[in-house]
Amino acid sequence: MSDLTRLTISQARAKLRGKEITATEITEAYLSAIDRANPALNAYVAVTGDRARDMAKASDARLVKGEGGALEGIPLGIKDLFGTEGVHTQACSHVLDGFKPRYESTVTANLWADGAVMLGKLNMDEFAMGSSNETSYYGPVINPWRRSRLDTVVMPTTHQGDGGFVSSGGTKTQRSLDNAQLVPGGSSGGSATAVSAFLCAGATATDTGGSIRQPAAFTGTVGIKPTYGRCSRWGIVAFASSLDQAGPIARDVRDAAILLKSMASVDPKDTTSVDRPVPDYEAVIGKPIKGMKVGIPKEYRVDGMPEEIEALWQKGIAWLRDAGAEIVDISLPHTKYALPAYYIVAPAEASSNLARYDGVRYGLRVPGKDIIEMYEKTRAAGFGREVKRRIMIGTYVLSAGYYDAYYLQAQKVRNLIKRDFENVFADGVDVILTPATPSAAFGIADEDMAADPVKMYLNDIFTVTVNMAGLPGIAVPAGLDPKGLPLGLQLIGRPFEEETLFQTAAVIEQAAGTFQPEKWW
Amino acid sequence: MSVDVKTVKRVARLARIAVSEEDAERMTGELNAILGFVEQLNEVDVSGIEPMTSVTPMEMKKRRDVVTDGNKAADIVANAPATEENFFLVPKVVE
Repeated sequence: MSDLTRLTISQARAKLRGKEITATEITEAYLSAIDRANPALNAYVAVTGDRARDMAKASDARLVKGEGGALEGIPLGIKDLFGTEGVHTQACSHVLDGFKPRYESTVTANLWADGAVMLGKLNMDEFAMGSSNETSYYGPVINPWRRSRLDTVVMPTTHQGDGGFVSSGGTKTQRSLDNAQLVPGGSSGGSATAVSAFLCAGATATDTGGSIRQPAAFTGTVGIKPTYGRCSRWGIVAFASSLDQAGPIARDVRDAAILLKSMASVDPKDTTSVDRPVPDYEAVIGKPIKGMKVGIPKEYRVDGMPEEIEALWQKGIAWLRDAGAEIVDISLPHTKYALPAYYIVAPAEASSNLARYDGVRYGLRVPGKDIIEMYEKTRAAGFGREVKRRIMIGTYVLSAGYYDAYYLQAQKVRNLIKRDFENVFADGVDVILTPATPSAAFGIADEDMAADPVKMYLNDIFTVTVNMAGLPGIAVPAGLDPKGLPLGLQLIGRPFEEETLFQTAAVIEQAAGTFQPEKWW
Repeated sequence: MSVDVKTVKRVARLARIAVSEEDAERMTGELNAILGFVEQLNEVDVSGIEPMTSVTPMEMKKRRDVVTDGNKAADIVANAPATEENFFLVPKVVE
C-alpha cells in the first residue's frame, strides 16, 4: 500500500468514506511515522498513541455504519496550548509542569465531535511567545526543510541520470542538502513541522501576532488565522486575549478550509465568540476571482527586504491578475506602528494573563520562606527568558505613571491601524496581497536574533497588523527561494470573509503548486 | 524613556519574579532595547482618537443569572501542587 501519511485530508476523507482504507490503518501509519521522525524533528511533546487507537477504532465503527462526521478518522496534531482533557497541556512551559486539565477546549471538542483522531500534543514557543520555536521548554523544533545548493559534478558515463540531469559535457547539476538545521518559525512550529513532514494530516495552531502564518510560510504549508471571534478561545491557554485566535495549519488550501469549518463555532463560553453561522469554506474553492479587487499596500515594501520576497510578491500579483482580478495600489499608512504597538498591548495582556501561574493552583511550585518568596521563586524557575521579558515589559507599561504614555497610546494607534484597513475596504478592495514573512526560514540559534530581541520580533512585521485589526489572514506557499526554501504570500480579508481568502488562496496554489521537503530525517 | 537596574528590580517585584543581580542587569539592556523600539509610537498624532476596546463592534454577551456549573471541587484542585480536603495549601500567610 502507498504511504497513507501522504494523503491530504480531502483524499483521506474520500478513501475512508469509500472504505478503501480504515481509520486504524491511517492512524497507525502516522504513529509509526512520528516514532521514526520525532527524535530528529522534535515536533511532538506528547504522543497519545492509546487514545489515538481508541478514537480510530470508534471512527471505524461509525464509518462502517455510514455515520462518519466531517473529519471522521482523520489523524490530527494539537498544539500544546489547547486544553485536552486528561492529556499533557503545558503551553510548552516548565511552569505548567504535569498539568492535565479536567476540561476540553471548545476547538478540540469540535474536532472530536466531527470524528477527528488525536495523535498528540505539538511543540511550540513557550506560551506562544516566539517566532522560531526556540523558547519551548522542550527544546527547539527542527524545520523539515533544509537549504540546498546546486553542484556541478563530473559524471562517470556508467552512472547517468540518478536524480540530476545530464549535460552534454559529461557533468550534471545536482541539488544537495545542506546540513544546517533551520527553525520552523513560531510559535506554532511543532504544528507546521508536523504537517510539513507528514506527521499528522493537519494541525491546530494559534496566532497572536503571526504564530500560524509565519511558521506556515517557513514550512511550505497553508495556515489561516480567522477573524477575531470566529474560533472560541475557551480552554486555550491565554497569551494576549484581545489578539489570540485559533486556526489550522494544513498541507493545502482545501484541507485548511475543511479544518476551519470544524474548528469554528459560536460558543456561549467565550464572550468574544461572534454570533454568526459558520459557512462551508470548502465550497468556494475553485470559484473564479474574476473582477475581484486586490489591494497591494505600498507600506509592505520594507527596507532591506530580500529580492526574492519582492519577486515572489510580483509573481503573486501576476497570478491574480491573470485570473481576472483587478490589482490596485493601496496605502495603509500606520503599518510601521503595528509592531511597536503590539509589543505594548501583547505583553500588557500577557503580564495579566500569566499572573495566574503562582505555584498554588497548578503546575510547578518552588518553596520559599513565605508565600511571596514562593511566588517569586516559582515564577523565576518556571518561566523562560522570553516569557519573563514580556511579563516585565507588560508590568512596566501598566505600572502607575506609565499607563497613559504606553498602553493608552498603543490602543489609540491600534484604532488607527484598524481604520487604515476599513478605509481600503470601503473603497471596494476585497482582499489585500502581501508577503507573509520578510525572509525564508533562518538557522537554529541565530546569533543576531539571540543578541537583540527586536530582530526576532521583526519576523512578524507583515502579519501582526492583521491581529491588531482583528482581521482574517491566510499564508499560502508560493514558491522556493534560490536556496530551495519555501516562501509564502499572505492574503488579508474583511472581517468574517474567510471565504474570500480561501477562494483567492486556491488561485495562488493552483498557479504555484504545493511544496514538500526532501526527506532526510 | 529607559529603565535602570533599580526600576527593573522594582518591576520584577511587582511581577513576582525573583531576579538575581546578573538577571537584572541583563534585563535592563533587553528592556531598554524594546522600549527604544516602541518609542516611535510617540510620533503618531492620536488627537481625537479613542483607545481600542474591542476589534469587532459587539455588545458583550450576558448569560442568564442561573447556576450552570458546580460541585467540581475535586476537579479544581486536581492539578494543585499541595492540597488538603479540597483546599489549596500555601505557606502560612497570617501570623
